[in-house]
Amino acid sequence: MAIVAGVCSAIATASAHAESLAVRNCTWCHGAAAQGYTPAPSLAGQRYQYLKNQLANFHARTRDNPFSKQYMWGAAENLSAQTARDLASYFSTLPRRAANDGDRELTGIGKTIYQEGKPEANIVACVVCHGPNAEGVGQIPRLGGLAYTYLKRRLEQWAEGYHAAAGPPMPDISGKLSPDQIEALASYLSFIP
Amino acid sequence: MGLRFRRAWRMARPPLDRTARIVSVQLALATAILTGIFAGAPRAQHMDMGSAGGLPAKIGYCKDCHGPAAQGYGGFFPIPRLAGQQTEYLENQLRAFIEHRRTNNVMFNVAHTLSPATIAALAAHFRSLNPSPIGGAPKQLVSLGRKIFEDGVPDANVAACAACHGPDASGSGQIPRLAGQLYPYVIKELVNWGKERGQNPAKPDTSAIMSPVAHSLSKTQIDAVAAFVSYLK
Repeated sequence: MAIVAGVCSAIATASAHAESLAVRNCTWCHGAAAQGYTPAPSLAGQRYQYLKNQLANFHARTRDNPFSKQYMWGAAENLSAQTARDLASYFSTLPRRAANDGDRELTGIGKTIYQEGKPEANIVACVVCHGPNAEGVGQIPRLGGLAYTYLKRRLEQWAEGYHAAAGPPMPDISGKLSPDQIEALASYLSFIP
Repeated sequence: MGLRFRRAWRMARPPLDRTARIVSVQLALATAILTGIFAGAPRAQHMDMGSAGGLPAKIGYCKDCHGPAAQGYGGFFPIPRLAGQQTEYLENQLRAFIEHRRTNNVMFNVAHTLSPATIAALAAHFRSLNPSPIGGAPKQLVSLGRKIFEDGVPDANVAACAACHGPDASGSGQIPRLAGQLYPYVIKELVNWGKERGQNPAKPDTSAIMSPVAHSLSKTQIDAVAAFVSYLK
């Protein structure tokens, strides 16, 4: 009974969050279950610290790629630090469903780059920081299950000069990836649950 | 090569106990094997020096993971500090990855494309850096860690770390600098010593010196030593 009560209260808390205006403001674009809706990425199951940092970056206008500028600068403009923490905490606990929208034929190539890098091209292995299941940790984002287009654009944009919110090493690493390698990585990651 | 290897060993501050003598016999064997291999191997011009960007690009590649000043980085796996590290230790570890003496898939992939000349140049570069430690270890563990580092653990027959790694943990030759090394990295290495180091029975190496120490320390003692050295400059 106590367990049931506990579960009920957890659900009640979650729905209370979901009903809150701040959450509704996110899910208009990111989807009612926060699974992402092109071009807005999935927030569900993303790392708490990463989400919190990104909201801070939007608020400070340092994450400067076009969609961030167009949508997220305004969305985060009046966000208090406490609300940012609450939102990060709420979305980080939602279950993620993988986007599964990459090119299946490229996943083998993508997996090899992810696990081993390309030493002869000075491309490091993603697994070292993002984890064996692309789950991320702390401020390092979970990549598994994000949408193909989102992953591809992020990797491309660093090389195009939209750097500000990402410290080293991502702008440097993505600049070394060829278009084919970016497509393969984005495909592989989109299928990871 | 063999000469260099022996010099590295002589340069180490020796705790001349039974372990050291046993290891030195193993090292003599290792030296003989290494001498044979390196004398026989032509200095192949590997592709790495010809790859895009040459040495500066390769240094940038290392720093993508090990940090812009090679101060180390807390990724999903802890990535060690290379800055200020002993050149002979760095060179030996890169060869250890290639020779499967030290098991690490990621670092095998990195190291096996490097020529001996590149390995030497990378080691010299990282030796020359000296950023501040990144810190972050629990401060309450530091005093116990200092005691173990300076005095050892007599009950467990563990020698003082300072005996080999030096009073300032700067290392010597093939014995690594520990000063400023990442707290979670030192823990991971000591906990997994027997599974990651000295893994090629045909090529015994200096990692054997640490095996009894890593085995004898409790997890609490490992955490304490790791915390202490992580703050040293």
